[in-house]
Amino acid sequence: MHFLLLFSRQGKLRLQKWFTPVPEREKKKIVRDMTTMVLGRKPRSCNFLHWKDLKIVYKKYASLYFCCGLDAEENELLALEVLHRYVELLDKYFGNVCELDIIFNFEKAYFILDEFLLGGEVQETSKQVLSRSIEASDMLQEVCFGRSCLLSVLSIIFSVVL
Amino acid sequence: MPAPIRLRELIRTIRTARTQAEEREMIQKECAAIRSSFREEDNTYRCRNVAKLLYMHMLGYPAHFGQLECLKLIASQKFTDKRIGYLGAMLLLDERQDVHLLMTNCIKNDLNHSTQYVQGLALCTLGCMGSSEMCRDLAGEVEKLLKTSNSYLRKKAALCAVHVIRKVPELMEMFLPATKNLLSEKNHGVLHTSVVLLTEMCERSPDMLLHFRKLVPQLVRILKNLIMSGYSPEHDVSGISDPFLQVRILRLLRILGRSDDDSSEAMNDILAQVATNTETSKNVGNAILYETVLTIMDIKSESGLRVLAINILGRFLLNNDKNIRYVALTSLLKTVQTDHNAVQRHRSTIVDCLKDLDVSIKRRAMELSFALVNGNNIRGMMKELLYFLDSCDPEFKADCASGVFLAAEKYAPSKRWHIDTIMRVLTTAGSYVRDDSVPNLIQLITNSVEMHAYTVQRLYKALLDDISQQPLVQVSSWCIGEYGDLLVSGQCEEEEPIQVTEDEVLDVLEGLLVSNLSTPVTRGYSLTAIMKLSTRFSSVNRIKKVVSIYGSSIDVELQQRAVEYNALFKKYDHMRPALLERMPIMEKTASNGPTEIVQTNGETEPSVPDTKHPPLVTQPANQANDLLDLLGGNDVVPVIQTTLPTKPASAGGELLDLLGDLSLSGGPAPAPSVPVSQPPFLLDGLSSQPLFNDISAAIPPMTAYSKNGLKIEFTFERANPNPNIAVITIHATNTTEDDMTEFVFQAAVPKTFQLQLLSPSSNIVPALNHGSVTQVIRVLNPQKQQLRMRVKLTYTHKGSPVQDLAEVNNFPPQSWQ
Repeated sequence: MHFLLLFSRQGKLRLQKWFTPVPEREKKKIVRDMTTMVLGRKPRSCNFLHWKDLKIVYKKYASLYFCCGLDAEENELLALEVLHRYVELLDKYFGNVCELDIIFNFEKAYFILDEFLLGGEVQETSKQVLSRSIEASDMLQEVCFGRSCLLSVLSIIFSVVL
Repeated sequence: MPAPIRLRELIRTIRTARTQAEEREMIQKECAAIRSSFREEDNTYRCRNVAKLLYMHMLGYPAHFGQLECLKLIASQKFTDKRIGYLGAMLLLDERQDVHLLMTNCIKNDLNHSTQYVQGLALCTLGCMGSSEMCRDLAGEVEKLLKTSNSYLRKKAALCAVHVIRKVPELMEMFLPATKNLLSEKNHGVLHTSVVLLTEMCERSPDMLLHFRKLVPQLVRILKNLIMSGYSPEHDVSGISDPFLQVRILRLLRILGRSDDDSSEAMNDILAQVATNTETSKNVGNAILYETVLTIMDIKSESGLRVLAINILGRFLLNNDKNIRYVALTSLLKTVQTDHNAVQRHRSTIVDCLKDLDVSIKRRAMELSFALVNGNNIRGMMKELLYFLDSCDPEFKADCASGVFLAAEKYAPSKRWHIDTIMRVLTTAGSYVRDDSVPNLIQLITNSVEMHAYTVQRLYKALLDDISQQPLVQVSSWCIGEYGDLLVSGQCEEEEPIQVTEDEVLDVLEGLLVSNLSTPVTRGYSLTAIMKLSTRFSSVNRIKKVVSIYGSSIDVELQQRAVEYNALFKKYDHMRPALLERMPIMEKTASNGPTEIVQTNGETEPSVPDTKHPPLVTQPANQANDLLDLLGGNDVVPVIQTTLPTKPASAGGELLDLLGDLSLSGGPAPAPSVPVSQPPFLLDGLSSQPLFNDISAAIPPMTAYSKNGLKIEFTFERANPNPNIAVITIHATNTTEDDMTEFVFQAAVPKTFQLQLLSPSSNIVPALNHGSVTQVIRVLNPQKQQLRMRVKLTYTHKGSPVQDLAEVNNFPPQSWQ
């Protein structure tokens, strides 16, 4: 996979993941091209497109378009499954995920994506294992935060006392 | 300084902005606050600030000033900081940035961190966007982690290794030992990523491929377990167990089985099993079937399996799901070259797909339909394709028209059918036809001598209806110019001749000249056509008048032509009849006319030139060039057969420039602004006899080469209109007891000559003089120098390849004088 983009019906970008080095300008151009092409498709067309030498696979979930760019040898039908799996993971994490969840918690969407795909390839095929890793990472974050909170509270107390 | 606002707060605020300007203002304010916060080196809020920056970056605003902050976050000890830091790095610090390398040390430390989630972050970042230098530095760490027993890290390390190999292929060897027992893992995550790693290694290195072939039985076993095992809640997708892993294994098997009989045999059973047992009600099952079909078609599978695969594709074509139909058409396109007959069976379904509403499907169906056209089904297919041409979107028309022309050229059952088809395309999609098809069509029409009357009549009628489609108008005016006499004399045999007077014809042509719809090119065509009619019609005065009017035309091209034609009338009237005579039959100089759209493996490749027409033999020419360093380089250039003399007749000239320029890319509209430099020799294209004239001036044949049982004789002819062209036919015979196979004859001539090699009759020289291979060579010798030739022969005799070079110097003087 070369890239994965999420954008809304109005063409606003909600997530962008690039698996190959692309100059900033080029990225903007690709995003523009993808949004124009995908949003311009008729409602009941097939989910595959051609763009330059890449296969583009896209799927609409509620108000969000999930769009990825593949090499010629990759399996488009499987790519649809990959997109679907990502949506399922988001759904499990946020509970009935909607676009707002992704807007306000974009960094979490990235974290989940980074547990699922690495370098454009699937790293874990079990939903449960994946969810457990994310939970554990989140716990680690809490603990850290908790610890630093405790430290700052303690330091305030000490400074007051002293 | 007050605490910076939280991320959610910022997002909420920005979303309330009603205009772009308002949003920009908010963002600029926040950026300023963030910048000052960064300057204060505030550790507590750095994470929050960078997160906000990343959000603003996603909206499209510049965020480069946060790059160093990301590095600081990565170096922090807090997990929260690291998480955001690495995310920032992946978004802002790709390898084109200067500070990218500064991450290396941090990543190295984190790869050895005590917490696996930190190691995971580092592996993820390295595997997504590590530069080559970084990969080189850290490959050792990745390799270490590849051998760990922690499956969480192992799977990430495997994909990280894939990235390292992609960036620095030389490091592939390094990971070889670690791959030893990757496949004996039970963990699906590790299995999946290991298969990806093995696939990458095998694709890049033939040695690795050989090495890993022995894994085929193991892979087959794993795949079998996946299919046969019962329901596994962890990996189940709609009743199928771990489809991601299944597809990757199938893909690896494809690579391992390609061009290897033993491996292919080992997989036959499992492929058949997957193909028959997989549930096809959902997309996921079809994804696996698709991969299976691709694998079956690529390896050396037995024919039963191949038929099974094509049938699966046939079933896909009938599926309601558009994606499946699309995928089927794409796959059939890949296999149509190798399994043509099997795909033919599904022709009617494919043709039905032309009527599909989906644009992507229509395009694939069109390409596939063209690939399936052959001599047997040409009439039926063409009917469908022409119907498609009528009703399709403009984006398809150009490709479809080109495809129709190409197919018609190859398989036309009769000349009349061919002309009718062309007419149909020109009248329905005339404005979409590619510019380079105009000269091709003209050549085609010229060469179908008996159809001239019919053609010009039909074109004339079409012109009366509609003068807006330029290619149609151009072809029509050219034909009327050439065959106008047939038109007015009412000689048509094929259909009811129409009654047309000379004046009516001239009216139409003059109408083209003045019409706003005509492009300058078209005007050029019609002026020249009018001029040609001066020798075919009796109303010369009218023509003289028209021509003189345009002598002062604003359009420079038109003016030049008119002035030259005027001069022809005034000073060179005695030459006029000869110059404007009927065009002779033209030789095709390139076999591929309009752009090919046949797809073979995957994407557009030029289709193999049809060997019915003498192709431009470029390959032997390149090798002939190798021979030539001693003779002084020679370009094998096609001999342009007919050009008219330089001065007035740019009509023929422009066409021949087009013929000379015929290339696969389709040149711009044929409108040379000045008559292009004609070849230095004067060919009289005036005679209407065919070029290959068998009246040879009795030049004796000669033996050019005789060695090791192979004898090559040259026989000579003159290309009649042009005494400078010698046409040599080589006859290769074999007196030994074994056939000489893969026989290739190549020739090279000195610089002052031009050489054209036509295709040989075959490449097997039968033993004991049971037959011979013949091949035609045309040599242009404008300077009448002594003909010399160097020949290179390659063939396979008694199983071993033979190659020989020889010089041929004993040409009879009559062949070059």
